Amino acid sequence: MPMYLNEDQAMLRDSAREFLKSEAPVSHLRKLRDDNCKDGFRHALWKQFGEMGFTGILIGEDDGGLGLGHVEAGVVLEEIGRNLSPSPFLTTAIAGVAALNHGGQHLKDKFFPGILAGDTVLALAIDEGAKHRPSHITTKAERSGNGFKLTGNKQFVIQGASADALIVAARTAGAAGETDGLTLFAVDKDAANMSMDSTRLVDSSMAAHVTFDGVEVDGDAVIGEVDNGWQVLSSLLRAGRAGSAAELVGVGAGAMDMTVDYLKQRKQFGRLIGEFQALQHRAAHLYSEMEIARAAVLKAQQLLDEGKDSAEIYVSVAKAKAGRTTNLTVREGVQMHGGIGMTDEYDIGFYMKRDRALNEFMGDANFHAGRVAEIFGY
Amino acid sequence: MSDLDQFRLDVREWLEANCPAEMREPVRGEDDVCWSGRNWTFKNEAQKQWLERCVAKGYTVPDWPTAYGGAGLSAGEAKILRQEMARINARPPLSSFGIWMLGPALLQFGTEEQKVHYLGQIARGEIRWCQGYSEPGSGSDLVSLQTFGEDKGDHWVVNGQKIWTSYADKCDWIFCLVRTDKTNKYQGISFLLFDMETPGVTTKPIKLISGNSPFCETFFDNVVVPKEQIVGELNRGWDVAKYLLGHEREMISGGGLGDGAPSLGAQMLGSIGANGLGQLDDGLLRAELAQFDVDALAFKAMAERFTDEMKSGKGHPAQPNMMKYAGTELNKRRHELVMAGNGSDALEWESEASKGGAKARNWLRTKANSIEGGTSEVMLNVIAKRILDLPGA
Repeated sequence: MPMYLNEDQAMLRDSAREFLKSEAPVSHLRKLRDDNCKDGFRHALWKQFGEMGFTGILIGEDDGGLGLGHVEAGVVLEEIGRNLSPSPFLTTAIAGVAALNHGGQHLKDKFFPGILAGDTVLALAIDEGAKHRPSHITTKAERSGNGFKLTGNKQFVIQGASADALIVAARTAGAAGETDGLTLFAVDKDAANMSMDSTRLVDSSMAAHVTFDGVEVDGDAVIGEVDNGWQVLSSLLRAGRAGSAAELVGVGAGAMDMTVDYLKQRKQFGRLIGEFQALQHRAAHLYSEMEIARAAVLKAQQLLDEGKDSAEIYVSVAKAKAGRTTNLTVREGVQMHGGIGMTDEYDIGFYMKRDRALNEFMGDANFHAGRVAEIFGY
Repeated sequence: MSDLDQFRLDVREWLEANCPAEMREPVRGEDDVCWSGRNWTFKNEAQKQWLERCVAKGYTVPDWPTAYGGAGLSAGEAKILRQEMARINARPPLSSFGIWMLGPALLQFGTEEQKVHYLGQIARGEIRWCQGYSEPGSGSDLVSLQTFGEDKGDHWVVNGQKIWTSYADKCDWIFCLVRTDKTNKYQGISFLLFDMETPGVTTKPIKLISGNSPFCETFFDNVVVPKEQIVGELNRGWDVAKYLLGHEREMISGGGLGDGAPSLGAQMLGSIGANGLGQLDDGLLRAELAQFDVDALAFKAMAERFTDEMKSGKGHPAQPNMMKYAGTELNKRRHELVMAGNGSDALEWESEASKGGAKARNWLRTKANSIEGGTSEVMLNVIAKRILDLPGA
């Protein structure tokens, strides 16, 4: 596979770019925030995602989807990042579907039609502490009747309160720190004894603290095999990490474009500030880092689509590289904008906030660099 | 099975049968590189064998046409050959400025006679080439160069001085930028080829901080160059030079990838040691190495993308400047970490065990990466202006 988009992928990018720029530009996010929107995204926009076919990218053709891959998912996600468009696309159509693809046909039949139509929203209940530690899960799932009873707490559940179902990682055996003994469940939103405390995050998205106080689910809710959930969770995480890396590249690209435009317009000392070599060199360095990050993300997605073992390490390389690079880009963006970059009225600050949240999602740059070291055996 | 899959199997089989075991070891120092040329002495029989077998197959320049000594491989086949050679850690059979720099320029700008004559020699490793670009007053600002070729009808008489001429004292021929019109700064430079044994050519090595000296000062005193030894049009040598610099940058930028080993951090386990968790016993250095490995793998993906885009004509023309900048900065970082990770072992300058101080000498050598072939600052200027379209100057 050559390291650039083929014709179909380039067409998909063009239609995603046009769609998101017109339907969900940064002003869309600003409006949701100002209106104090309780979901943090518009269901009507999600419906349009369905109409565009985006929600079926990872759903197989047998199940009515497009049967495409992570490269195509990334193409859409980069445009989402560029426009800071709020949607459940990454959690539902990418990470959620990646998990459900390991589930039985009954789960696919239950969720895929709604996802394809842009009706159904899924949320991911994985992390339990402030930092992403997916093997350190303590939420318990004890056998009860023909099903399970869930007890524990989850946090950073993006759009949890708006979701139709939660994908929950819980422990059916083993102890915190072990990868054996995990099981994944699809839990309906109105399950008894599940409570949510929803809060707005710095980037204006909504996330929930979820408490499971003996939530009963039946055996049909299990995604994949009992005690063998690490496999399903890994698939979910690979998709979510590669996807969030692609979205980060979009955030960085959007911030860089704004900044470079500003350098060409703002005058100080009687000159365009873009004429100053100190700023030119910093902008050129950003460009270089962004291109490298984008290549790393594309490599990870291609390896995922080819089913290569090396996808594992490249997904972490992509998340780590995109995380560091976009963070640099938004920080430089605010600094190069000067005072105006600090105002709420100007959009560059939104990019900085989104970067912070996306960096934290499914492991920050340090987490993933650490994983690279572990995989290499040092 | 697709044609490419079949090609991969054939290549694998050929390499298995033809690449000597000694040539499947990482290049550790200057001594392991084969430059060939008129005065070359092979370091061992394997080096000679490996070169001869690759020449016969066209594998010193796999994607050049067979008429010029190549194997005529498609971009996809050439990529597979690179991958398969990397898989067994095969050393390059021939290192050559002729292959990396002059060859691509000749393919683009040379006459048919020049292509058949010079490209064949390059492919077979018969002539070792050096590059005459920089002058004492013209480093990154090449268009200010002063070496002058006076028109004498059927030949030029060249006078002047070049500097930083890599391996000039060991090379057979030079490709050289010479001013042939003093009235036009940009369009008054021509691209000439001539034999280093031509009367009036002298060289003098420049000793560097690494103790080794690939670089020379080169002097021209009434050097006679026949008219047919010009590449491209008279006074339009800058077009050739710019094209060639793109390839030089591509070559230098590859340095960050190291010797083919996947992970710098993993190479440090022996010298740094591991703690009870199997992690390097220096948390801060481990973190730096992990960040480096992330950056190196990301850069490797970029290099692959860059090659694919170039071959398909999709890349931005200033992309080589970006690769040169990022690749050389990465390579300098790599060698700082090699020194830190190997501790006092890396400080040895003369011992047998350290291969004559290879680590320290390589480290010092890399400091030139972001200076030679256009400094990092010049690369950033080019990106700012030609890609980001920033105003000024």
